Amino acid sequence: MIKIKNISKSYAGKSVIQGISGEFDKGKTNLIIGSSGTGKSVLLKSIVGLINPDEGDVYYDLRNFTEADKEMKAEIRREIGMLFQGGALFDSKNVEKNVMFPLDILTKMPQGEKLERVNFCLKRVGLENINKKMPSEISGGMKKRVGIARAIVNNPNYLFCDEPNSGLDPQTAILIDDLIGEITHEFDITTIVVTHDMNSVMGIGEKIMFLYKGKKLWEGSSEEIVNSGVEELDDFVFSNKVMQGLKGKV
Amino acid sequence: MKGFGRYMIFLSSLIVRRETFKTYYRLTIDECILIGVKSIALVALVATFIGAVTTVQTAYNMVSPLIPRYIIAQVVREMTVLELAPTIMAIIYAGKVGSSMAGGLGTMRITEQIDALEVMGINSASYLVLPKIVASLMMYPLLVIVAGGCALMGGYIVGTVGDIVTPTDFIYGLRFYFDPYSITFALIKSFVFAFLISSISSFKGYFTQGGALEVGIATTAAVTTSIIAVLLSDYLLAQLLYVR
Repeated sequence: MIKIKNISKSYAGKSVIQGISGEFDKGKTNLIIGSSGTGKSVLLKSIVGLINPDEGDVYYDLRNFTEADKEMKAEIRREIGMLFQGGALFDSKNVEKNVMFPLDILTKMPQGEKLERVNFCLKRVGLENINKKMPSEISGGMKKRVGIARAIVNNPNYLFCDEPNSGLDPQTAILIDDLIGEITHEFDITTIVVTHDMNSVMGIGEKIMFLYKGKKLWEGSSEEIVNSGVEELDDFVFSNKVMQGLKGKV
Repeated sequence: MKGFGRYMIFLSSLIVRRETFKTYYRLTIDECILIGVKSIALVALVATFIGAVTTVQTAYNMVSPLIPRYIIAQVVREMTVLELAPTIMAIIYAGKVGSSMAGGLGTMRITEQIDALEVMGINSASYLVLPKIVASLMMYPLLVIVAGGCALMGGYIVGTVGDIVTPTDFIYGLRFYFDPYSITFALIKSFVFAFLISSISSFKGYFTQGGALEVGIATTAAVTTSIIAVLLSDYLLAQLLYVR
C-alpha cells in the first residue's frame, strides 16, 4: 500500500498540486485522473521521488519515503517498476538488454536465469522473438509492452504507469490496460496509473482519484464515478461521446 | 556563477552512490570505443593536413636565405606539440565528441530514459557521465599523440615531396633544441581539455529541459562553452606551466 499525506508542489511561485492526501491499495489498479495540466504527472513523480514535493510525505508500506536517507530510498526504489509515457526504452540497447537491465544492475542473478526471466516477462506481455530488435525497430504499442516487461522483471511491489495508452490506437490501448490490470492482480502489487482516458477509467479503474486544478476533488470506484455529483468530475467523465450516451442511461 | 555552482554540484554527484566497478568498466570500454577509436580517422586526417599546411605556410613566410631550412621543421614541431595537437584537436573533439555527449544525454533526458534510471535507484549522473569522463581522460591524450605524429608526418611528406626541405633537414629540425618538457606540457593540457570538454558537454546535455529544439540548443551550448573553457584554460596553463 502507498499512502500520501498533504503533498504540495509549486514551480516559480505557481502552485501545481496542493495538499493531496490519499491511499493506493495493494492488489488494485489505482488511477489518478484529471484533465491535462491538473498535476497528475507531478503527483506521480512526487510519489516515486523524481520530484521532491515542497510539503507532505509519501509512505511505502509505512516506510516514509520523503524522509528516508539515500540508502533507504534506493532500497524502496528497487521495489518500484515504472512505465513511462513514451516507454523510455534505452535507445542503445536491444529489447532483451532493455528488459534485462534492472536485473543486471540490481541483482546478482546468473546470466541464464536472467535470460529466462526476461523471456518469461516478454512472453507475459505477449512479445516473443523480438529479443534482438532495437527500440527504433518496434511500434509504439510494442515499446509500451517492452516497458511493462522491464517494469515487472524485478518482481516489483509497486508499479507506476504514466499515461500508459497515450498515442496508441484504441485496440492496443485496451490491450495495454488489460495487461496492467492482469499483472496487478497476478503479482498482487500496488499499481498507480495516471491517465485521462475514460476507457482506462471504466476498464481497469478500481480506485480512482480525480484531480482538478492541482487539488483532489473526488475519490471512489469506477462504479461510483458516473454518479459522483461533482460537477467538475461530470464535465471530465462525460466529455466524450460514448460516455455522453451512457449519461443518458444513467 | 549560479551555472558554475550547479556544475560543481553536478561533478560532486558523479562520485556518490556509484554502481559496481564491473558496471563502470564495461561502460568505460564502450565509451572508449565510441569516443576514442571512432575519432582516430578524423583526428588523423585533420592533423595531417594541419601539419602539411603549417609546413607550407612557414616555408612561404621564411624569405631570408640566412635562415636554415631545418628551422621550418622546428617551427612545425613547436606549433604542433604545443598548440595544434592539444588545442586545435580539443576544438575538433568538442565538435565531434562533446556534441554527441550533450545530444545523447539531452535526448535521454527528454525521452525520460534518465528518469527511468533514477526510478530504478541508480545514480543516473554517475552511471551515464562518469564513464564518459574517464574514457575521455584515457582516450584524448592518445588522440593528441596520434594527432602530433600525423601532423609531423603531414609536414614531412609535404615538405619533402614539395621540395621545401630535404628529409635530412626536416628530421634534423625536428630534433633541433628539442625540449621534452613540451610533450609533458601537451599531455597535461590534453588531460585538462579532456576533462573540461566531457564534463561540460555532459552537464549541458544532462540538464536539458523541453524537446528536440532544446536538445539542439544544449548541444550548441555544450560545444561553445567547452571551446571557451579550453581556450581559457590553455592560456592559464601556459601561464602556470610554461613560463619558467
